[in-house]
Amino acid sequence: MSAKGSYYLPEPSAWPIVTSAGMFLLALGLILTINSVAPGSWIMLAGFAVIVYMMIRWFGQVITESEAGSYNDQVDMSFRLGMGWFIGSEVMFFAAFFGALFYIRQFSVPWLGSGLESELLWKGFESTWPTAGPQGPVALPPNSHHVGENQFSPMGAMGIPFINTMILLSSGVTVTWAHWGLKKDNRAQLITGLFLTVALGITFLSLQAYEYVHAYTELGLTLQAGVYGATFFMLTGFHGLHVTMGTIMLIVILGRSIKGHFSAEHHFGFEGVAWYWHFVDVVWLGLFIFVYWL
Amino acid sequence: MAHDHPTGLKRWLFTTNHKDIGTMYLVFAFTMALIGGSMSLVIRAELFQPGLQIVEPHFFNQMTTVHALVMIFGFIMPAFVGLANWQIPMMIGAPDMALPRMNNWSFWILPFAGTLLMLSLFMPGGGPAGGWTIYPPLSVQGGIGMDFTILTIHLLGISSILGSINIISTILNMRAPGMTLMKMPMFVWSWLITAFLLIASIPVLAGAVTMLLTDRHFGTHFFNAAGGGDPVLFQHVFWFFGHPEVYILVLPAFGVFSQIIPTFARKPLFGYASMVFATATIAFLSFIVWAHHMYTVGMPMAGELFFMYSTMLIAVPTGVKVFNWLSTMWRGSMTFETPMLWAIGGVFTFTIGGLSGLMLSITPADFQYHDTYFVVAHFHYVIIGGSAFALFGAIFYWLPKWTGHMYNEGLGKLHFWLTMIGFNLTFFPQHFLGLAGMPRRIPDYSLQFSGFNEWSTIGAFLTIGAQFIFFYVAFKTIKGGEKATKEVWEGAEGLEWTVASPAPYHTFETAPNVK
Repeated sequence: MSAKGSYYLPEPSAWPIVTSAGMFLLALGLILTINSVAPGSWIMLAGFAVIVYMMIRWFGQVITESEAGSYNDQVDMSFRLGMGWFIGSEVMFFAAFFGALFYIRQFSVPWLGSGLESELLWKGFESTWPTAGPQGPVALPPNSHHVGENQFSPMGAMGIPFINTMILLSSGVTVTWAHWGLKKDNRAQLITGLFLTVALGITFLSLQAYEYVHAYTELGLTLQAGVYGATFFMLTGFHGLHVTMGTIMLIVILGRSIKGHFSAEHHFGFEGVAWYWHFVDVVWLGLFIFVYWL
Repeated sequence: MAHDHPTGLKRWLFTTNHKDIGTMYLVFAFTMALIGGSMSLVIRAELFQPGLQIVEPHFFNQMTTVHALVMIFGFIMPAFVGLANWQIPMMIGAPDMALPRMNNWSFWILPFAGTLLMLSLFMPGGGPAGGWTIYPPLSVQGGIGMDFTILTIHLLGISSILGSINIISTILNMRAPGMTLMKMPMFVWSWLITAFLLIASIPVLAGAVTMLLTDRHFGTHFFNAAGGGDPVLFQHVFWFFGHPEVYILVLPAFGVFSQIIPTFARKPLFGYASMVFATATIAFLSFIVWAHHMYTVGMPMAGELFFMYSTMLIAVPTGVKVFNWLSTMWRGSMTFETPMLWAIGGVFTFTIGGLSGLMLSITPADFQYHDTYFVVAHFHYVIIGGSAFALFGAIFYWLPKWTGHMYNEGLGKLHFWLTMIGFNLTFFPQHFLGLAGMPRRIPDYSLQFSGFNEWSTIGAFLTIGAQFIFFYVAFKTIKGGEKATKEVWEGAEGLEWTVASPAPYHTFETAPNVK
């Protein structure tokens, strides 16, 4: 390959079309499942299996090529640009939900409780935040102990969310410490740092799961609890999904580090994951401030 | 090529070559254009006369909705990505795209997504029927077809984002030595900016339709006032994507005009730097004008005014571009081969669409025009008159380079003139219909609108019929014909004209030096 000139060009590959077929099955399966059509969940499972299999094989191929030294600096830069702009698109995805939260809090809820809307449609509705809207359950103070029928209690910022903030911030530190280890060829520091980061990621997810169970079973706070429930679960849920992805990515590069992959000069695989991890970290700060705290 | 490539079907399924992938994008796009075009004929046939003749109103609504989705996401966008695939590596002196395997992935998502959208039409309750903007509450109430649409949009969005990431990485990282940013051909510049718009706007659409999906099936209340939400919220999020989207459709077309016009005017592009900055300005402004699609929804006065003035501002950079094209032609030694006809015709029709857009930007006037055929005429003038005309021009301009054969000039010109006449016959009368108050997306209309509607329908059949000349010419050119030279066009400038026609499989295996 590299003999042909200064450029690197990969061989033809079956993975792109296999991936697309897997995505098709996943999408079709999801549609059928949510509409209670019988084979839906099996189709979804098949699509998911194809995608997981593809990821193992396609990424595996890229890792093999990378370790074989096929990639020159130009390819490295393409990967960097690709990952950077991908994270950029993820930022905009979260921006849609943050934007929705902003609009709901600044415009739609205040408008429901004032002027003609309130007079003609929702008499007696008072615009406050948190709210589940004029016909949703009534909002109590955060973390209330006695939540009755048709009531819900929003999630307070202190307690688990604050602990989770500390956990994610320290995981940002540990992953950077691991990176320093990699750059000065200190494998033990790299592996320890990554291990700590994975452990913090899993702790975060466990606490988040505990918080969700608490919300559903004791606080009356569900996805159906009006706009507060919707924005709370969609924002924290998509973030949690990204933390899960990030943790899996970290586990992969932890395994690769143990196997002796990466060198002090060439380790884009590590850096890409670290960028992603910092990205989910920053999104969490936004969540902590705008969803939990303010 | 030094190493083996699979042949036959596998070549296309597994390819990592930008030219193969570009070809597949274009074939897919024009297949979707035929599907979307036949839907438009259903619409026009029904509207030939007042009353309900041919289709049920619900089916009519599905046709208007799916026609738009197919033409926007299935035709124009993939077609321009196809052009980007073919041309960007050749124009910047690269052997291929930066991320070739991902390139193939972003293409192969499309046929699957297209299938999903087509399947929706055969579901109980039919396909989406609330307009391509899928506003709630209609889109929350629709049947399973709406879920097909939502997931189609997700898949298409992923494809667009991957394609854009690839295009940005290619342009920023694969340029030949000496090809500085301000030496890049305008087509490359316009795609760089378009790719940025896609990355910034498509994920927002994904967020919007995700909220729609959870409102439909998981009991959230984003768009339901009873739970504290607001249907208007969807419109805001949708148009935050939707307005950059219209520039995503048209900026690559501007790039094409800026390549073709200098070639056939035999003069360098007038005001290159101002073209670059105008394009970037349009892209920036496109993010702060979205609510001009929603003047009548009930916004505070400050909002109406802000969006009116910011929208009007877009006329400035757009005007810069139009005047630059005119100045490029000024005192040039012009000839009028088919690509040039499309470029001049495209600038002309696009400008009409731009001016009607300026009319629509005026809030009090828009209260009259909103949701009438005036809007339909406006956006068909920019999307067909701008984007599709540029596409045809680009294909006639570069087809000799791609295939090594010249096309039949006579038939090319015939296709242009028939399309030009048919298109104007279809859409120009719709301005008058809209001003007279005919609402869009309704299968029936009041008697006084009959005359213009008849003309419009005749024009639509003429336009679609003329496209078979295009398919014939393109097919014949691929199969054979007079050999094309390296330069193809006497006045053409740029790296793609320095290599053989047809261009070698991987064009620049060693980088050319750009002075």
